[in-house]
Amino acid sequence: MTQHIYVVAEHENGKLRRVTMELIGKARKLADESSQQVCAVLLGDNVDELSAPLIAAGADTVYVAAHPLLAHYTTEGYTKVIADLFGEVEPAAVLIGATNNGRDLAPRLSARLGSGVTADCTQLAMDKETGLMTWTRPALGGHILAEIICPDHMPQMGTVRPNVFPLPTPDMTRTGTIERVAVSLEKDDIRTTRVGFEAVEGEEIGLEDAEIIVSGGRGMGSKEEFARLHELARLLGGTVAASRAAVEAGWEPMVHQVGQTGKNVGPKIYLAFGISGAIQHVAGIGGSDTVVAVNHDAEAPIFKIADYGIVGDVHEVLEALIASIKAARGESGAN
Amino acid sequence: MNCIVCIKQVPDTAKVKLDPKTHRLQRAGVENIMNPFDEHALEAALALRDAHGGTVTVLTMGPPQAEEVLRESIARGADRAVLVTDRAFGGADTLATSYTLAGAIRHLGGADVILCGKQAIDGDTAQVGPQIAEMLDLPQVTAVNRLACEDGRLTVTREHEDGYETLTVPLPALLTVTKNLNTPRYPSLMGKMKARKAPIETLTAAELNLDAERIGIKGSPTRVRRVYTPEVRTQGIIWQDLTPETAARQLQDILGLGGRKDGAQA
Repeated sequence: MTQHIYVVAEHENGKLRRVTMELIGKARKLADESSQQVCAVLLGDNVDELSAPLIAAGADTVYVAAHPLLAHYTTEGYTKVIADLFGEVEPAAVLIGATNNGRDLAPRLSARLGSGVTADCTQLAMDKETGLMTWTRPALGGHILAEIICPDHMPQMGTVRPNVFPLPTPDMTRTGTIERVAVSLEKDDIRTTRVGFEAVEGEEIGLEDAEIIVSGGRGMGSKEEFARLHELARLLGGTVAASRAAVEAGWEPMVHQVGQTGKNVGPKIYLAFGISGAIQHVAGIGGSDTVVAVNHDAEAPIFKIADYGIVGDVHEVLEALIASIKAARGESGAN
Repeated sequence: MNCIVCIKQVPDTAKVKLDPKTHRLQRAGVENIMNPFDEHALEAALALRDAHGGTVTVLTMGPPQAEEVLRESIARGADRAVLVTDRAFGGADTLATSYTLAGAIRHLGGADVILCGKQAIDGDTAQVGPQIAEMLDLPQVTAVNRLACEDGRLTVTREHEDGYETLTVPLPALLTVTKNLNTPRYPSLMGKMKARKAPIETLTAAELNLDAERIGIKGSPTRVRRVYTPEVRTQGIIWQDLTPETAARQLQDILGLGGRKDGAQA
């Protein structure tokens, strides 16, 4: 009998990813409505201290699979260990963050388990009686939303975009069970070899965690003008993002691209300079509390979804804004 | 170095528009194109062949008209084109599609490198590549943006949230590639002439000896229950004809507020 909602935890540099906590929070809500439990699956090496935050966020049980070969994510290592575990515990539903690793893992795992998987979901629901999940996801470049079900195969699986569900408030008084998973993994089970990792320089705060995002598009016109967005971001304690056009122009690295083929963000304020607002871009900013757009074209689609918009020259407005923030803080405009 | 490239014909989603009144998709007149990510997968295969010898086979599953993207691939330099087509494949989700494509790849005798675009722009699932890799028991690397081959091993870099991860992987392997990997070549005049006459091999369900329970709608665990157009956000406050200084002051006010609105999250 399949039961319970499982969340595959993802962590980087000893920290759980924000999306993992968002999914634990959402799973908690779904589980409470349907009298199920929330189970987190935590793979890694020396990851014991990550169990407590998962329980505080809402997990009832944390399955810890610790092994030196799991120190970094690998497709084959994760797939084997998780498939072995799921063969025993038989989950009803599995939630995986729609990160690069999550979207590498989920389809591989689904093919191994012979079940269906829905990619990049933005809404989740679970039938209280039957436990049938409804996975909602954008398709056709964000023009439509599709509701997907997986009625006759178990487990029901999906990857879920970061920044669509709120972070749960940690409750340090919650208690939960920690189950140690016996890991059966040999070196030869993993055919890829990790030889390096090059972190991308950027603002201190990652896009997914940023509360203020200063974003630029084709309308910035040049790499030099685009670079001024970094100055504004530093003044605001925010992070710079870019539309696909700006990334393709080489003004900003790919990892800062927001939209259907980039990242999904959910800041308090999304400040869009010179971004027309193609639906593929808008698809990535739906989690923003407030969207503010500056664009010279009054007809730009970004103004249809913006909470505040300024029709005007992006360069002049940007320059005036930087100057006025500096003046307000008593800095000279000299640098 | 023999490569198989999985290609998909997709509607040009950048040109799909919503009817402003009915909120229905206006797909009439939207042309079908080669999935843009697949152009980069094909280019990677052609570059591997040019450097190491071998052949490039392009493979697609779809209706008979999907032959168009195969001819385009030949025009760009592919050696062989295979269309997997059968009414029995209709309605396939990603699992049934990858089962079918994996069967076709096996039928073709496999390859040293199987290349796919990172995702197709119509579904954006990015699932078929990894699922094929699993069904063929191959190592996979997804979202590849750098690729080199030496001594029977690939060195690849994959795009990550916070940077770039470099891996080595033995052959045979399956890769899914991003647009940052390379710049696709244009079809040559010679290529275009060749493409017009090139034979397109077709494979049906019977020829692939597939399990009828695992193809098409029958073999698809997932079902689309409903499709609808997303709600448009309510109109915000738009200012026109402000001086840059006034605009800056408005922005500062907004930045000063910045509180979370209730109910903004599902």
